Amino acid sequence: MTATLAKEAPGPVEEPVLRKPPARKRLVPYWLLLPGIVWLLVFFALPMVYQASTSVQTGSLEKGFEVTWHFQTYWNAFQEYWPQFVRSLLYAGTATLLCLLLGYPLAYLIAFKAGRWRNLLLVLVIAPFFTSFLIRTLAWKTILADDSVVVDVLNALHFLDVTDWLGWTEGDRVLATPMAVVTGLTYNFLPFMILPLYTSLERIDGRLHEAAQDLYASPATTFRKVTFPLSMPGVVSGTLLTFIPASGDYVNAELLGSTDTKMVGNVIQSQFLRVLDYPTAAALSFILMAIVLGMVTVYIRRAGTEDLV
Amino acid sequence: MTDKNTGGDVRLTGISKSYGSFTAVHPLDLTVPQGSFFALLGASGCGKTTTLRMIAGLEDPTTGTVFLGDQDVTDLPPYKRPVNTVFQSYALFPHMDISENIAFGLRRRGIKSVKKQVDEMIDLVQLGEHAHKKPHQLSGGQQQRVAVARALINHPQVLLLDEPLGALDLKLRRQMQLELKRIQTEVGITFVHVTHDQEEAMTMADQVAVMNGGRVEQLGAPADLYENPRTTFVANFLGTSNLIEAEVLETGSDVLVTAGGGKLRLPGDRCTSAVRRGGKVLVGVRPEKISLAHADDAGEIADGRNRVTGRIVDSSFIGVSTQYVVNSPAGAELQVYEQNIERDARLVPGAQVVLHWNPAHTFGLDAAQDIDAGVETVEDAA
Repeated sequence: MTATLAKEAPGPVEEPVLRKPPARKRLVPYWLLLPGIVWLLVFFALPMVYQASTSVQTGSLEKGFEVTWHFQTYWNAFQEYWPQFVRSLLYAGTATLLCLLLGYPLAYLIAFKAGRWRNLLLVLVIAPFFTSFLIRTLAWKTILADDSVVVDVLNALHFLDVTDWLGWTEGDRVLATPMAVVTGLTYNFLPFMILPLYTSLERIDGRLHEAAQDLYASPATTFRKVTFPLSMPGVVSGTLLTFIPASGDYVNAELLGSTDTKMVGNVIQSQFLRVLDYPTAAALSFILMAIVLGMVTVYIRRAGTEDLV
Repeated sequence: MTDKNTGGDVRLTGISKSYGSFTAVHPLDLTVPQGSFFALLGASGCGKTTTLRMIAGLEDPTTGTVFLGDQDVTDLPPYKRPVNTVFQSYALFPHMDISENIAFGLRRRGIKSVKKQVDEMIDLVQLGEHAHKKPHQLSGGQQQRVAVARALINHPQVLLLDEPLGALDLKLRRQMQLELKRIQTEVGITFVHVTHDQEEAMTMADQVAVMNGGRVEQLGAPADLYENPRTTFVANFLGTSNLIEAEVLETGSDVLVTAGGGKLRLPGDRCTSAVRRGGKVLVGVRPEKISLAHADDAGEIADGRNRVTGRIVDSSFIGVSTQYVVNSPAGAELQVYEQNIERDARLVPGAQVVLHWNPAHTFGLDAAQDIDAGVETVEDAA
């Protein structure tokens, strides 16, 4: 059609006029972005710059601090506090793993088996948020206290003998041991694991399970080959939402731990608020951030979530 | 049923399924001969999919037994049955590419070198260039072919198809119907196909079981079901039927009945129930069997044909034929399909006409049934 038309009417081909949307419409996305951008600038970007500058300052509280590009602070801080860094990552990692092991079955149950109880169970998952984080962590002090039922039972089962041997607890005590801190972290961050897991499990089409079973996959194989891979977005976001805040947490170590279980969060807190060594505290914060960013990047690459999330 | 080897028949005996007080499938016996293309046809909610899922093992029957050949598979979980399903939604694994999807069944059975078989299967369904795409990158028709390939590669004893063409547009559906029929003939596997589309069932299947309300209404070859419906549901659900309530005047090898003042004749052996003089019977005739003559030409109609006089109330031209709706004393809204060979310009709404047809094309149904059972609206509501 077009070919014959062109033959019949040779001549300059008129460029079709492309109509642009009016400026008002094109600017809408930017207007929508504005409040968020302003908020981030004022409350995230500016403090970050301020902290960065603090970290390379020298001086004292009396004489005042000055930017001297003293990067030595970073090295000194890391050298002095690397055990706390290792401990933070270890505790946060263990708590994340425990959250995954505890949260996955529960999320699976809520997504596939709960039926009409689904909403009630979801409310129960987030119910702890109605109480302050601090109060809940303090409650664990009672739960894990030396003469508490939990500790007595664990003792009677000789569970504490095993954990003592592993170095997680000390003698008959649970409070003020690594296990207490990890337990607290696990408890406090569990909902952040369950909710993303639930969301990604719930999205899985139940008919895929049927299809897998129809194609000779036993229930276990169906889970391994279909359900779990499809829930990876939830696993990745759940572990990130647990690990990142847990690695910077100091409340659990403060309330449930001892001087031997200090995490890097505790160090930063005391440097800022008690020692008043602002440059070291800021440097520690940036080191922690760099480590976590690095680990998360490697993790997301390895988990291969580009086409899943 | 046939003198072929019956070792691979699917046999359902007394199988039923209830959910609480609701019975989805009433106890039914069904034998699907090995190597046949069998269709379960019915409106949605008639129990056809439930029946299929009981064969697949995805639903546990409340009563009864499922046999594959001589093996009782009733208590086998789906993953231990030599049966594969093509799901209505295809249910392709979104995280695997096409060839991984197709290889899934083989791998689960521990077959290591699957590449050759997978490649062959991808060729069979003509998806060569898409082998490494993810399901969501394919069109509906292509996904459908992947679903078929994924099931067929396992050489199941029986392939179950649960409305696999429902999501496709009409043209593609017709194409896939022929394609599936070709594949079935090629591989010789028993196909059990669930559909609500009567045309689909008739095009593809050797045998059709028409289901209604959890029961099999009638079972037979498509032509047989169409020509000799045994219930009003089958008569109305499979194509269109004109059903006229009539009173029996004479019985014998030919039955003479009266309806709306006129007399009609039908073969006695085409009555599904015993007829007795003075009793009621539903006289049925398919719309395409009827010829239409203008009332002025009534004299030219050959003797011995059934006649009904009436008035055209509506006509619609649909290309190969024209469909007329005629009101007559014998029955309202009688349907007539006339081939557009020589159109009579006088046949317009309002014209007085005579409907006439060969009495041999008339069938008689038990008058105790609902005359409107299975009328199209059921499908519209679905």
